[in-house]
Amino acid sequence: MRLPDLIGFARGAAAGNPLRTALLILAMAIGVAAVVVLTALGDGARRYVVGEFSSLGTNLVIVLPGRSQTGGFNPGNAITNTPRDLTVDDAQALLRASAVRRLAPLAVGTSEISVGGKLREVMVAGTTAEFIDVRRLELAQGRFLAAGDWRRGANEVVIGAKVREELFAATPALGQLVRVGDRRFRVVGVMAATGQGLGMNTDELVIIPVSLAQAMFNSNTLFRILVEAHSRESIEPAKTQVTDIIKQRHEGEEDVTVITQDAVLATFDKLLGALTLAVAGIAAISLAVAGILVMNVMLVSVTQRTAEIGLLKALGATAATIRTAFIVEAAMLSMTGALIGYLLGEGGAALLRQLYPTFPAYPPDWAILAGLGTALVTGILFGVLPARQAARLDPVLALGRR
Amino acid sequence: MAALIELSGIERVFQLGDSAVHALTHLNLTVDAGEYVAVMGPSGSGKSTLLNLLGLLDHPNAGSYRLEGRDVTTLSPEEQARVRSQRIGFVFQSFHLVPRLTAAENIALPMTLAGIPPDERQRRVTRALADYGLANRASHRPNELSGGQRQRVAIARATIMQPAMILADEPTGNLDRATGEDVMRLLEELNGQGVTLIIVTHDLVLGARARRQLHMEDGSLRRDERTCASPT
Ligand SMILES: Nc1ncnc2c1ncn2[C@@H]1O[C@H](COP(=O)(O)OP(=O)(O)OP(=O)(O)O)[C@@H](O)[C@H]1O
Ligand SMILES: [Mg+2]
Repeated sequence: MRLPDLIGFARGAAAGNPLRTALLILAMAIGVAAVVVLTALGDGARRYVVGEFSSLGTNLVIVLPGRSQTGGFNPGNAITNTPRDLTVDDAQALLRASAVRRLAPLAVGTSEISVGGKLREVMVAGTTAEFIDVRRLELAQGRFLAAGDWRRGANEVVIGAKVREELFAATPALGQLVRVGDRRFRVVGVMAATGQGLGMNTDELVIIPVSLAQAMFNSNTLFRILVEAHSRESIEPAKTQVTDIIKQRHEGEEDVTVITQDAVLATFDKLLGALTLAVAGIAAISLAVAGILVMNVMLVSVTQRTAEIGLLKALGATAATIRTAFIVEAAMLSMTGALIGYLLGEGGAALLRQLYPTFPAYPPDWAILAGLGTALVTGILFGVLPARQAARLDPVLALGRR
Repeated sequence: MAALIELSGIERVFQLGDSAVHALTHLNLTVDAGEYVAVMGPSGSGKSTLLNLLGLLDHPNAGSYRLEGRDVTTLSPEEQARVRSQRIGFVFQSFHLVPRLTAAENIALPMTLAGIPPDERQRRVTRALADYGLANRASHRPNELSGGQRQRVAIARATIMQPAMILADEPTGNLDRATGEDVMRLLEELNGQGVTLIIVTHDLVLGARARRQLHMEDGSLRRDERTCASPT
């Protein structure tokens, strides 16, 4: 039998029993659509997190006081012992490292900000002019902190978008004097709104020179030193150089933790990648179930079409022809179902992206290939048994005795 | 000239639980090419079993079957399928058309299965439709055809591969007398063109039209009669 004839024959057989055909196509479609949508969700989550981390600033190396045994990110260890202060001088010393492009010290605490009788609690960040570049932040108005001696900052403040909104509403904020703690500062800039996200949220932050912040909180230690390496390749050298310099300055004790954004990112990437894979696996089970359904329905179809099979044999069809015809039919139904499922899945993913514009819910290529492939393979595989059953039928019995 | 069909010592036993049904016992038969044979006998005498055997749809438990000088009982299933495709045409009592296929497609089915190219199929089907008076029924499905038209489609299908013999199991059994007469005439015309015709029938009148009558009883041949001229 020629291939176009085989396909035509299989199509005719499929169309001859619309309910059975619709059921099979639906089962396959649901399986494939599940794979596509679920992997789009999983991979979307991975991309979202990776994207958010990237927006924290590229090539970032973070120094925090306290030692962590594993060298990985471990908030538990970071808190337990702070033996030696991480100072502004330490930060300045790090500028000697060849792999370091720029860096910003960061001290944080809470205080109150007031202007014209309005008062609210705020998070205060003490840092330097480099901060805005290291963290890739945007200004809405004015300028950021002025560059200059880190140990002597001017009484300037840059306020977050929400702080501005609450304290100034419609009136201009730039140039106004505000009180933060017991000092007066002039507002020189307003940060752009960042909103919720994994990136740094500056909306409720006020930023002042690091020296003034340390004086305000009466502490010498920094919360973090944010170091930017020259390139992706120099992240590791930067990490060792930074560790060495601090060790030297701290009498040979390695009492800081240096983490790279890359390490955190890789962990998340791996974690969410595994999650996507697991989700794809679960969806693939529904495909296998669809395959078993294909087998059963095809087996029933063989019984229903016994007379036809017997007739085909009487008309000269070989067992191989009958087998191929049934496999082609199973493959065709699976493929149609898989394609419809793929379109449904892409539609679902597009709908997700429409509903949550920030969420990149694109199914990964491997998942699409795996989904379509599994559908086709299970369809054919589970089509083989019924096809063999059909080919084995005894033509006399098949023709019926009446 | 070698005989078309040579059966010798054919046994066909159906095992039904503990009891064995001897559908054919020690059957010897020779049919020459171009003969017109009617197989008659009471129900259960083994007529259909014999026809299925001749058509390679069934296998004897013992004995040999030579078709055109070749022993066909030992052929592989694939080779037997080829013999069915090239040399044998079947006509059944209940037509056995594929309901979802049109008349033209049903007629073309043996050629489709044999892998004959579409244009050649088209050519032969068009001729067959005209020959059997079905030209304006080509795209009708079997349920849109009368019994006589259905059997004509079945006969067109049986002859489309130009077989050496046509095996018909009660071809008029589901038709009224006039339509049955029509169908018989078509089959006899084919026989007139040299095709060997073997018909199973209960109808003594129809059986008498054949030049040779085989009377079966309990799985064996009782009488083998030849009449010299056909009444029409
Ligand atoms: N597949 C089978 N299994 C068991 N017994 C069978 C089978 N086929 C035929 N027989 C038996 O073999 C005998 C001959 O059957 P066959 O169909 O050849 O009769 P027949 O002459 O065609 O009868 P009818 O005129 O009623 O069609 C019967 O007794 C029947 O019951
Ligand atoms: Mg019978």
